[in-house]
Amino acid sequence: MKKAVRKQVLLQGNEACVEGALMAGCRFYAGYPITPATEIMEIMARKMPGASGVFIQMEDEIASLGAVIGASLAGSKSMTATSGPGFSLMQEHIGYASMAEVPCVIVDVMRAGPSTGLPTQPSQSDVMQSRWGTHGDHPIIVLAPSSVYEFFELTVQAFNLSERYRTPVILLVDELVAHMREGVILPTRDSLEIEDRPHPTVPPEWYIPYADPGTGVPAMPAFGEGYRYHVTGLYHDVRGYPTVRTDEVEPLIHRLFNKISKDYDRLQWFDAFATEDAKITIIAYGCVARAALRAVQQAREKGLKVGLINLKILWPFMRRTISGILENSAKVLVPELNIGQISREVKRINQSRCEVLTLNKVDGTPIKPAEILRTLEEVYS
Amino acid sequence: MREAEHLVHKYLRSSKRFPHIWCSGCGIGIFMQALVRVIDQSEYSKDDIVLISGIGCSGRLPVYVDFNTLHTTHGRALTFATGIKLANPRLKVITVMGDGDAVAIGGNHFIHAARRNVEIASFILNNNVYGMTGGQSSPTTPHGAITASAPYGNIEPDFDICRLAEAAGAVLVARSTVYHTRLLERLIGMALKKKGFSVLEVVSQCTTYTGRFLQLNSPVEMLKWQKDNAITVEKAKQLSDTELEGKIVIGVLVNRERPNYHEQYQSLLGKKSKV
Ligand SMILES: Cc1ncc(C[n+]2csc(CCOP(=O)(O)OP(=O)(O)O)c2C)c(N)n1
Ligand code: SF4
Repeated sequence: MKKAVRKQVLLQGNEACVEGALMAGCRFYAGYPITPATEIMEIMARKMPGASGVFIQMEDEIASLGAVIGASLAGSKSMTATSGPGFSLMQEHIGYASMAEVPCVIVDVMRAGPSTGLPTQPSQSDVMQSRWGTHGDHPIIVLAPSSVYEFFELTVQAFNLSERYRTPVILLVDELVAHMREGVILPTRDSLEIEDRPHPTVPPEWYIPYADPGTGVPAMPAFGEGYRYHVTGLYHDVRGYPTVRTDEVEPLIHRLFNKISKDYDRLQWFDAFATEDAKITIIAYGCVARAALRAVQQAREKGLKVGLINLKILWPFMRRTISGILENSAKVLVPELNIGQISREVKRINQSRCEVLTLNKVDGTPIKPAEILRTLEEVYS
Repeated sequence: MREAEHLVHKYLRSSKRFPHIWCSGCGIGIFMQALVRVIDQSEYSKDDIVLISGIGCSGRLPVYVDFNTLHTTHGRALTFATGIKLANPRLKVITVMGDGDAVAIGGNHFIHAARRNVEIASFILNNNVYGMTGGQSSPTTPHGAITASAPYGNIEPDFDICRLAEAAGAVLVARSTVYHTRLLERLIGMALKKKGFSVLEVVSQCTTYTGRFLQLNSPVEMLKWQKDNAITVEKAKQLSDTELEGKIVIGVLVNRERPNYHEQYQSLLGKKSKV
């Protein structure tokens, strides 16, 4: 049989996100309108009924994530999308999903804050909130696409990771990537690897809901399948019942961290460009990585030995990858659309190995390739 | 006795470490027993039922009973319930909330769940106070009452949960006290059967806090207070507003029909947009 030729399509970032979610098996969307994320919700409203999925517009973002977590417990892969103010409202439920280990995907198309801030301009100022926004110690996975295709791809991966580790996964996107249109060739569903949450292999009488099967990730049936169990945001024992016993509390929080940290080697996702002999390496993500790539190409034409690491995973921070860069470069430049959030993390692990430079823009406009090039030329010696 | 034992063994979780957390004489246990009795007489199997709560003393109810149980965040039980019901409409979704839970922090969700008419049987245990946090005022604390957060007397008016539910669109609105156990069971049964958003306000005693503030010194006195102040819907119709002051009107307040959310959503399934 002749292989069908996949056609190139022109997609907006937010549209690509929906395509990725549906291909990953997302069948429940709950949300509340907010710029610059609204398109995700509107496209979901159009597409979900045709995909036999559920779309619902909730009364606010707290309710949206509550409904998403509920739907996930009932067995549906679920997601929501928002921007800064809504993301702030979602924080309590992000912690709930983390504690109760309910897979779900949250898209935050960032705007500059604080407060209502700059609703329509690009920003990367929620990096730290995505890591520590909800109260308490907790692990989190945060992905950051820098192109329309990557938004598609990382949305699929966000679902895979949330199912694999039973954890909330956040897609942190800037307005540029969300709203730009690019030609992309989407893969077929069959060609993608789609992961589902681990399902119990034992009958209900044998099922212990939060027992560690060795992977750190307990098996998760859907409500209604006959495995009646208890879910709570309180510290709980292996049966899911509230506990304050020190010998049950501490193992739980450690397991929540370890189920992800044991796989740190698998979670080093980045694109490297011209880094082998680079004296200066740029560490960037999102739309800034696009400008940085251009700047690096131009600098190379001028004979400057510079390179770029484009981060796809922001949290857990790729300490291993970044350490290698810090080891081998004389200088590192971290351009960001915020006051210095990832650069802070880079400095934290640098331990005086090399000079860490920053380029921060917080006027609501993107960083241009020329600005990065100029900085490279200034600091190159 | 026999029946009670049968219900205990069938519905309470043997794996749960008892005792429960409630104070002796608290009304929540009476409601729990009534709920289990009605479910036992119903068509629902334990696997079909999802019991969801918010945070508070009432929020601790689900952990003791052998259903699919979910203890959510303060005020948000209905949002989780909405997601569960829409993701799997075959499930029988029940929420248990405190008064603060349902109409203070969760007030917005309460209004919109009623407006949408998602099929959820919601039970609000109204003890007129924040029990779990130590007796502060709630939106149903009577004007003038002394509480931990109104040491000089509450200067806010109180909410009528049932009138709020009616205005927001709930298809079944009813009220009972935990003293009136027969009525309580009958109304729980009606709420479980209703194919839309139903609200049953259950007037309950917080012996530890409300009791102290009202100077009703024992659970028995508080139950007697419920008995003496309750008046049926039918009788209430013959009384003026002033005569009804301080009374607890019990019975079915609203019972009406209108399409629920998921029935309407079903008609959208399969729709493909041209865009
Ligand atoms: C967001 C949030 N705010 C505050 C609290 C603290 N808190 C726990 S229970 C509760 C009030 C409980 O009162 P009510 O809902 O009337 O239930 P009751 O304990 O009386 O059954 C409060 C304020 C919380 N858990 N979460
Ligand atoms: S504090 Fe009040 S509501 Fe809470 S368990 Fe005790 S009596 Fe019941």
